[in-house]
Amino acid sequence: MLAAVVGWLVLLLLVPLGALVATVAASFGDVAAALRTEDALDALWLSVAVAAASVVLNGVFGVAGALVLVRQRFVGRRLLDAMIDLPLALSPVMTGLAFLLLFGRSGLLRPAFDTVGLQVAFAWPSVLLATLFVTLPFTLREVALVLEELGDAEEQAAATLGASAWQTFWQVTLPNVRGGLVLGATLTAARALGEFGAVLVVGGSIAGRTQTATTYIHAAIEERQEPAAFGMALLLVGAAVALLLSLHRDRS
Amino acid sequence: MSDGRGWLRLGVVGWVGVLVALPVGVLAARGLAEGPAAFVAAVTEPAAVAALWLSAWTAALAAAVNAVVGTAIAWVLVRWEVPGRRFIAALVDLPLSVPTLVAGVLILALFGPQTALGRALADVGLPLAYSRGGIVLALLFVTLPFVVRAVEPVLEELDPAEEEAAYTMGATPLGTLTRVLLPPVMPAVAAGAVQTFARGIAEFGSLAAVSGNIPHQTLVAPVYILGEVEAGNPGGAASVSLVLLASALALQPISAALSRRAGARRA
Repeated sequence: MLAAVVGWLVLLLLVPLGALVATVAASFGDVAAALRTEDALDALWLSVAVAAASVVLNGVFGVAGALVLVRQRFVGRRLLDAMIDLPLALSPVMTGLAFLLLFGRSGLLRPAFDTVGLQVAFAWPSVLLATLFVTLPFTLREVALVLEELGDAEEQAAATLGASAWQTFWQVTLPNVRGGLVLGATLTAARALGEFGAVLVVGGSIAGRTQTATTYIHAAIEERQEPAAFGMALLLVGAAVALLLSLHRDRS
Repeated sequence: MSDGRGWLRLGVVGWVGVLVALPVGVLAARGLAEGPAAFVAAVTEPAAVAALWLSAWTAALAAAVNAVVGTAIAWVLVRWEVPGRRFIAALVDLPLSVPTLVAGVLILALFGPQTALGRALADVGLPLAYSRGGIVLALLFVTLPFVVRAVEPVLEELDPAEEEAAYTMGATPLGTLTRVLLPPVMPAVAAGAVQTFARGIAEFGSLAAVSGNIPHQTLVAPVYILGEVEAGNPGGAASVSLVLLASALALQPISAALSRRAGARRA
């Protein structure tokens, strides 16, 4: 049984991973040269910037959303709850299409954004929007779990002792949910760096403008630039493994 | 205080409304915008039907395989005190953090037409790149954690003494498995399998890389949608999207109910 399970994991996960490492090692010079091109560096930079922005924005929203969802009772709360999980139900292509219907050619919001001169589709704002959409639930759900387990006794006590709402938030609530916030940020970063379908459709994978690390890999595969594709893929695997290890350290 | 809470709620509802409700609403409206006849025509297009069917059966196959293998992995993780257990546990989560497109690239690095292994498999008629076998393989990679993570906490709560007692009283390993071990974990297995299926019909990145995207053969529904968008048919793309979205929304409460039953068994 043990042998079968380990064998399955090795064959399904480690052997393909090993094949990637071996392929990159075999053509290391070409890979290094490909990754030093301007297109590759631009793509990496956009991915990192969008991931960082998503961690911050969905971090703020996640704490606010969790507080509203867990601590408040209001009409439409269950609908809001369901809405937050909606991004998980969409295939990434559908996310891209949805934003294209808003901001693309003859998009619903296109006239309004054209008048203020802001291009969204096939420009970096669309990459950010699509990434914010797909990572929306992660931080909120992790923080909400912590808030539910904690209850609001400590917050009540702080209020009774005369703390203002702000003081209670900064000195009681936020320190208490820090673990959930870190976990959510890690999940958000991993998903943001790896998002592909949505940013491909609405961003258009334009080199130097909307190409991310993943859409760079896709373009490289289509152009049969194997060293570029495999090299960038290995970089993303490295980032994924680093995030995974920090996740497991936090959990244990 | 209550004023601040009101503003906070308004901000959160606004954020979700603009970022989620608006785009998904527009997608749904676009899928139905040209009337029921156009919707039916778009989703009964032979290439669309073939793509939906391919997505459905490959996802179902991945769910069935994971139901068995995922339960076995969870059992080993919970019951076996082997060295490297923590490594195995981390390995199971790897597909959660590896980008899905990269999962496809990994499979290409091993089985792609440029590799000796890939050519050898293609020669014996079992190509794992640009084939339906490759689609199933990619799905197994990206959905690996779902059943394991659903079953693991339930197994942890089960008393190993029950299994041992069954053994001592003369039950066969198979009898112990089917009468003692499986009944309490079945809802969790089913919950993980439903999640696997839901992810499987939505999967895009890994399949865009490995499937080869040949209409009627290896073109899955999400890649079909991309093709329709690129061909300038957003209405058709939105209609097929609606079918996938409705399936996903129908599966969410089923998976949630199964998870609750799994949790109730635990308590």
